[in-house]
Amino acid sequence: MTEEADIYELLEAVKDPEIPVLSVVDLGIVRKVDWISPKKLKITITPTYSGCPAMDTIEREISEILQSKGFEVEVVTSISEAWTTDWISEKGRKNLEEYGIAPPAEATTDKSFITGNSKNVHCPRCKSEETSLISQFGSTACKALYKCDSCHETFDYFKCI
Amino acid sequence: MTKDEALFEFLLRTGDNGLVLAQRLGEWCGHAHQLESDIALTNVALDNIGQARMALTEAGKVEGKGRSEDDLAFHRTEMEFRNNLLLEQENGDFAQTITRQFLFDVFQFELLSGLKSSSNEFLQSFAIKSLKEVTYHRSLSSDWMVRLGDGTELSHDKMQNALNLLWQYTGELFEKTEADDILIADGVIPDLEKLKESWDDIVGQVIKEATLEIPDTKGFMATGSRRGEHTEFLGYILAEMQYLPRTMPEAKW
Repeated sequence: MTEEADIYELLEAVKDPEIPVLSVVDLGIVRKVDWISPKKLKITITPTYSGCPAMDTIEREISEILQSKGFEVEVVTSISEAWTTDWISEKGRKNLEEYGIAPPAEATTDKSFITGNSKNVHCPRCKSEETSLISQFGSTACKALYKCDSCHETFDYFKCI
Repeated sequence: MTKDEALFEFLLRTGDNGLVLAQRLGEWCGHAHQLESDIALTNVALDNIGQARMALTEAGKVEGKGRSEDDLAFHRTEMEFRNNLLLEQENGDFAQTITRQFLFDVFQFELLSGLKSSSNEFLQSFAIKSLKEVTYHRSLSSDWMVRLGDGTELSHDKMQNALNLLWQYTGELFEKTEADDILIADGVIPDLEKLKESWDDIVGQVIKEATLEIPDTKGFMATGSRRGEHTEFLGYILAEMQYLPRTMPEAKW
């Protein structure tokens, strides 16, 4: 029988369609793998945001990749527990930064992020810590828009929820 | 009225609030005064659509007649919608849109905070999830209230006019029906009277900081949505939103 870790490894191939450097595993949206039978899997996923338009694509790609390995797949969506940016893996955070998106700066237990006065968001390009918030809402639901006061580039920030 | 019927009412109200507000905010797409606001308003719309889908799907399950989220969204008439009157009001200018948003965001934030300890499992998860999003919405609309209220003479006047127009629709956010009494007694939803106290408090603070004044409606508050009686605007929203699925019921993407 295939191990749970093997399934997660297969799912590494499924990327967030909006942020192709981040796998669904890195993103922390694959919550559970259950075996209904040796060849039948139930995968539980959770949306980042309630209205995330990428969920349908992600669900389909998870099914396709596992079906191609001979599994029957049922993908279910659960909103409990609610997704948090704390679940993004170290590898995911590193990939985000290299891609030009600043990873979430704080654990969500630190509420300073909501005021937009976070001191810890640094520019993914020049690494300067002199940055300022332009808008809490960016190109996708999960991102805010910042600008770097040193190199003057604007950049996306994966905001804490 | 059974407990399930009461729950169905509440889920419809919650789902319809999200759906109608999202439809209104979507009208701003490509029209806001700056790109950041355009993106922010449509992001808020998207969160509301997501929340509406969850609430309406659950409503369909609780009702037990096999109605899906789409059946409920596209195949009900105005009289069957339970969204608050505030949310169907026209966008007007940006001042009016932001004021509507602010009055609702504070309400939604307080409601969801209360629902986090609901005795109903779905409402509890729904609240924990949605509250994360609404926290950002509330922060956006409160910022704009202060920035524009305490801005130029012109922006101040526009904000005060918006408050004067919309204040009459805030009373019915807290109206209690038989359904509410049942749900409050069972610990399914928080007490709407207590909710109003915290709403008054927070809304009052922001309005004061924005150098605006709470309008005197001389005791008048509009009412009706709990009974399906809406302002003229909802019909137009539904006509646009429901046209395709009603004309071509089998249409698929």
